[in-house]
Amino acid sequence: MAYDKFTVLKSTAVPLPIENVDTDQIIPARFLKATTRNGFGDNLFRDWRYNGDDTPKQDFILNNPIYSGKILVGGTNFGSGSSREHAAWAIYDYGFRCVVSSFFADIFRGNCINVGILPVQVSAAFLEKMFTSIEANPNAEFTVGLQAQTITNTTTGEAEPFDINGYKKNNLLNGFDDIDYLQAMDTEIKAFASARPI
Amino acid sequence: MIFLQFFPNNDGYLQNNSKPFTMSNKPDTLFDKVWDAHVVRKIEDGPDVFFIDRHFIHEVTSPVAFLGLQTRGVQVMFPDQTFATADHNTPTINQHLPVQDPLSANQLKALEENSHKYGISHWGLGNPKNGIVHVVGPENGITQPGMTIVCGDSHTSTHGAFGAIAFGIGTSEVEMVLASQCIMQPKPLKMRINVNGPLGKAVTPKDVTLYIISKLTTAGATGYFVEYAGDVFEKMSMEGRMTVCNMSIEMGARGGMIAPDETTYNYINGRLFAPKGEAWAKALAYWKTLKTDDGATFDKEYTFDAADIEPMITYGTNPGMGMGISRSIPMAEDLKGGAATYDKSLKYMDFHEKDQMIGKKVDFVFIGSCTNGRIEDFRAFASIIKGRQKAEHVTAWVVPGSHIVEQQIKDEGILDILTNAGFLLRQPGCSACLAMNDDKVPAGKYAVSTSNRNFEGRQGPGSRTLLASPLVAAAAAVTGFVTDPRDLM
Ligand code: SF4
Repeated sequence: MAYDKFTVLKSTAVPLPIENVDTDQIIPARFLKATTRNGFGDNLFRDWRYNGDDTPKQDFILNNPIYSGKILVGGTNFGSGSSREHAAWAIYDYGFRCVVSSFFADIFRGNCINVGILPVQVSAAFLEKMFTSIEANPNAEFTVGLQAQTITNTTTGEAEPFDINGYKKNNLLNGFDDIDYLQAMDTEIKAFASARPI
Repeated sequence: MIFLQFFPNNDGYLQNNSKPFTMSNKPDTLFDKVWDAHVVRKIEDGPDVFFIDRHFIHEVTSPVAFLGLQTRGVQVMFPDQTFATADHNTPTINQHLPVQDPLSANQLKALEENSHKYGISHWGLGNPKNGIVHVVGPENGITQPGMTIVCGDSHTSTHGAFGAIAFGIGTSEVEMVLASQCIMQPKPLKMRINVNGPLGKAVTPKDVTLYIISKLTTAGATGYFVEYAGDVFEKMSMEGRMTVCNMSIEMGARGGMIAPDETTYNYINGRLFAPKGEAWAKALAYWKTLKTDDGATFDKEYTFDAADIEPMITYGTNPGMGMGISRSIPMAEDLKGGAATYDKSLKYMDFHEKDQMIGKKVDFVFIGSCTNGRIEDFRAFASIIKGRQKAEHVTAWVVPGSHIVEQQIKDEGILDILTNAGFLLRQPGCSACLAMNDDKVPAGKYAVSTSNRNFEGRQGPGSRTLLASPLVAAAAAVTGFVTDPRDLM
């Protein structure tokens, strides 16, 4: 499904300085039983966010009202484990539009782009500075410019470029998705298929 | 015969496989040969438009993809190339009764209705071909060398054991495959992992893979596609190769593959969807070209000595946190990476640096999953429990990967061994691997599990998972404690 265009995002950020955050933490398997993609935000980080009796865990960052924003900043190797796209849906549904880390797991990174979330991979040093900056000032603001491929700490002026391939960038800027592209290739794909042995 | 419809153009094998050889003399890797034969179009500064031969779907990650198709008003391009099986949230007892959990029942119904609507083969609950997607694909001969195979499940890497390029995809990509039989994929980097030498006593394919992951860490192969090479894999059965390729994703790799050989051909020959007659001869001629040429290069290469591997067990909350069963838990300072994350992990497990794993109390044992739910795994499990009794305080879930495996367990007399030792054989499904059904480990309890993930809460909220081989699981099941299986052999 095509999604909203992504151009420039200016927002405060929510820090989650934990490494190897796997998709089972982002959305535990028992919440994967829906047949639509809406509503997963309520269970984002469910077991870190709520106690067994559904009361919020006060020490978890999403339950701390001083942190908010559309940018989620995670530790290295973010999104490892299960391929469930529900993890990206949950992040999107909660209200995030950009995830920043110093390293992303492969499938998760692709899933993010496919649902309209921009994964921004920064250096370990820049990530550390982001955490420090948010800790010092929860209202620290960041600007993510997709056209310019730069993330800037609006408060301190520090900036870093990030990578994204031209095709995916164009998709996000225009709100296109891959199926739009593939459908236009229908004849070419069918010709290829008929030359395949299987 | 159904298989004919999958080989509309038998000459295609020759047309296709002659390509890499006549067009270039450059030595190629197995991975390149298969990948390059599936690129429909290269997008400049973008991914490849990548053709998919076989697509598996299950109830959890497909409903939203079908919803997308419906919204767009698009048909499934090649319904014969997609196969549906119900596995993730199915119960493992009383499968003949209606599924109790309404949400699970709803997903199962969606899978059935969508498959029916779009003309996709559907192996639902009770179907003799039903089982875990990565078990039933190979055992029905759908998985073959040189193919590209995807499924909305990260352990699709399992099928790489046949010399296929197989990997997990997200739901948006499931929708892409349904709509166009293609996905958009940048070509990964190439890694080769060599393991040579004789394996020690009680060292199984699961130990080999847990060992490799402990060396590379959970992110060590991110961005790469792995080829496993060396005599350890050459001597391994197909079941063992599937266990190894299955776990490739646990070190971040997109997938792993092993060059097909006689073991592979013999496994496939005669299975339901295997090519037959003339088509078999042609397929075989193609399959024999599927190996890495001498002199081909990889972006990264590791070599391990089989003699260094002992039966493995994990002590933390990711599959990279594994060690030889006779060792003690490493100190944070001896590991690269964040001490804070390491501490959090040990705290969750309620373990401490330098603890011995042997002797730790075990509450649950799970044998099954797409990692270790095949016949060979139950043979191994049975070899230890035979003549012993299940420890009283242990709850054991013995879950075959498919009905075919379940039947083999019965035919080979393993069921009697299980029953005599106090174990109950359940019905096939993913079960406690991800605890979407009722097979959940309660908070704080320890499970020795033959599955693939020990993440926090993976086997139920608050559950604590120790990943291990079927032999280690059996040893724990009969003693009630983490036990070195070599002591029971
Ligand atoms: S057994 Fe586990 S890993 Fe395998 S397909 Fe099922 S849930 Fe996924």
